[in-house]
Amino acid sequence: MFGLEKRDYTLLIIVACLTMFAPFILNPFPTDSAMAQFNAGYPDLMQRFVIFGIFAIGFNLLFGLTGYLSFGHAAFLGVGSYSAVWMYKLLGYNILPGLFLSVIVSAVFALLIGYISLRRSGIYFSILTLAFAQMMFSIAYSDLIGRFLGTTITNGETGLQVYNSDPQVLHSASKPDIPHLFGQQMQSTYSLDIAGWSFDFNTGYYLCALIMIAAFYIAIRIFRSPFGLMLRAIKTNQTRLNYTGLNTRPYALAVFVISGMYAGLAGGLMACMDPLAGAERMQWTASGEVVLMTILGGAGTLIGPVLGAGFIKYFENIFSKINDSILHQWFAFFPDGIEDAVVFMIHPFIGKGWHLTLGILFMLVVIFLPGGLVEGGQRIGKLLKRGKKSEDKGDGDAASTPAE
Amino acid sequence: MSNTNFTRRGLLKTSAVAGAGLAVPTIFTGDVWADAHSGYLNAPQGSTVTLGFNVPQSGPYADEGADELRAYELAVEHLNGGGDGGMMGTFSSKALEGNGILGKKVEYVTGDTQTKSDAARASAKSMIEKDGAIMITGGSSSGVAVAVQGLCQEAGIIFMAGLTHSNDTTGKDKKANGFRHFFNGYMSAAALAPVLAARYGTDRTAYHLTADYTWGWTQQESIQAATEALGWQTANNVLTPLATTDFSSYVAPVLNSGADVLVLNHYGGNMVNSLTSAVQFGLREKQVNGKDFEIVVPLYSRLMAKGAGANVKGIFGSTNWHWSLPDEGSQAFVKSFGTKYGFPPSQAAHTVYCQTLLYADAAQRAGTFNPCGIAEALEGFEFDGLGNGPVLYRAEDHQCFKDVLVVKGKDNPTSEFDLLEIVEITPRAQVEYAVDHPMFAGGDLGTCNPGA
Repeated sequence: MFGLEKRDYTLLIIVACLTMFAPFILNPFPTDSAMAQFNAGYPDLMQRFVIFGIFAIGFNLLFGLTGYLSFGHAAFLGVGSYSAVWMYKLLGYNILPGLFLSVIVSAVFALLIGYISLRRSGIYFSILTLAFAQMMFSIAYSDLIGRFLGTTITNGETGLQVYNSDPQVLHSASKPDIPHLFGQQMQSTYSLDIAGWSFDFNTGYYLCALIMIAAFYIAIRIFRSPFGLMLRAIKTNQTRLNYTGLNTRPYALAVFVISGMYAGLAGGLMACMDPLAGAERMQWTASGEVVLMTILGGAGTLIGPVLGAGFIKYFENIFSKINDSILHQWFAFFPDGIEDAVVFMIHPFIGKGWHLTLGILFMLVVIFLPGGLVEGGQRIGKLLKRGKKSEDKGDGDAASTPAE
Repeated sequence: MSNTNFTRRGLLKTSAVAGAGLAVPTIFTGDVWADAHSGYLNAPQGSTVTLGFNVPQSGPYADEGADELRAYELAVEHLNGGGDGGMMGTFSSKALEGNGILGKKVEYVTGDTQTKSDAARASAKSMIEKDGAIMITGGSSSGVAVAVQGLCQEAGIIFMAGLTHSNDTTGKDKKANGFRHFFNGYMSAAALAPVLAARYGTDRTAYHLTADYTWGWTQQESIQAATEALGWQTANNVLTPLATTDFSSYVAPVLNSGADVLVLNHYGGNMVNSLTSAVQFGLREKQVNGKDFEIVVPLYSRLMAKGAGANVKGIFGSTNWHWSLPDEGSQAFVKSFGTKYGFPPSQAAHTVYCQTLLYADAAQRAGTFNPCGIAEALEGFEFDGLGNGPVLYRAEDHQCFKDVLVVKGKDNPTSEFDLLEIVEITPRAQVEYAVDHPMFAGGDLGTCNPGA
């Protein structure tokens, strides 16, 4: 179905099930238990999981297939957010115009930046994209265009917000004052309480999840298309392609623009979930983050970037919230001296030290699982399979196929 | 490679699945699916109530954030009946009983704003959605305060602003669910300008270095207007990005600008770095236009003075509160803070402690945690005994009006905390302004949002 081979179809179904049942999967611990700290099934974080999933899927189309390492993808994310918020300000809180414009505008920016940057490859390409992204960050952070025109375009460090005085020509009193899709408010949440567990079903999350499944589907189609094969050829040996008389640049530019549109869509969705666009989401750290997500999950694989995005966002939001008083609660069963010692030992790795924990895990993954989390899954799958029936040598165990 | 199989059956199957997928969100409609247990969002269940303390734990304002967190912990201890009660004993409203808020024990969650709007909103959202916080407070940057205040208005949670000094917080970005105890740029300028004119004369030319965000802009606008009204001239205003750590390239041009006063509209780590830079360039020993070159820091804090060390000696600025104030409330607060942590509190600690107490008191008086009830209890509330003399929470813009302190870096500090001396306590009447003052115009409070 959907023009997919059986293996890809299974993968799509798995992703769809994971996202649809995420409120259950991410909240495995009862609300009042000590482990509830590790629950991640609240709307904001679930939205982030799928939005950054989209971002990473798009990035992987460029990096995983062609090997071009863009270090400035966050710029498109930011452009998408600003476009969406401007649509709120001008038209109204319905999210469709914003999403539409964020994809268009980021495509235009990607076309411009890609056209120039793709004249170089390798490290020079990375540096060029990084330079463009930092320029755009500085412009947004100090609102240079707005200042030049004597108005507000990005509202600088404070972030672009919607005010009651904005035109909002399509807005009327009967419509909600927060982002909505034809009256469906993005932040409305239904909490299902079952015997100590609490599961949140959020409209915005399900919208993002559906869009992510669609984005994932398109990515599969691109991976399996002749176009995708051409992109892999660029990664394998661009020089040889050129010698055979093929001009590779249009292909690279096309995928760069598609990848930028994915990022713009993710940025637009961020603004749909939370109607504010801040310049920080364009900073180079944000660009670096998506590179980490892709490599951590497995570059060139289909599901890897999604896993990587979830992994990093989980650390950012869950580990950073553990503080010393929570640690003292956990280790209260130790004698006082040992308790303090244990807390002292763990302290650098939690709270604002979550970067350190993530860094260590990233190093471990890169050293021992060069194919990312996906390779880890494949190894476990192979181990299980070997135990059961060693003669079956089908390749159906691979949850996804690495590019090389 | 691509196997397109557009058969009739395939198309039917495909559209059925796609249709079912699209229909999923429509089941989440109507009031049944809203959080409608109690009429407002995150109504406390059981015997506890959760407050969200959202402070910068990293970035240029991390020192202020750490001190705010200490004050929050102290306030929670006092609200739950622990410690010596601090300013609860001196507070003019006696509604609080030391058994939590409305009989519910106070618990708290913390988050890191990173002094970034995005991160601060993510952190506040997780407190509201995951931890069920009934109120969000904190922050040490106006950009963050404005962003989080907007979020709380949309979500339907009360926001008790921490250290935020921009005119916009209760000006063009004011929100019905947001309240500010701290003073603002206009008040600083109104208190500081007359003192500056008296010391340095009215024939001065100022050069401004300004942090490039909402606070810096409004602070600079305020101080420029106030000093120009007294005869000063403004040579230039240069905006510096908030993340700047090396200010030497910004300070160097000051020497040749013809200005004889440098106004540093910087706060926290920014001010420590820019002031140190200015002193290293020898600005303070210079003579321009036959007058000694002077440096002014409109918003001062002891933590900044500590960071900048000997460089702050003799430099004027304004502050919301200082631990050396002799009144009963201040002394009670300094005593209990000092007993717990071993050093006196900063103005950031003071304002967030007051905000927590004011929130708890408003809930107690209103008899509910409903944001609309609390807003009603706070609007137009007059109180005393929290270290600033008589204070009014103005109903029209949710701004507190109180005396402003003009301070100066002490020439001979007696200890590492005794860095500022109070030059003048500017009475409240001198710093008051109309709700529709041009510097605060353009905003709309809206109506309170209980979230459900």
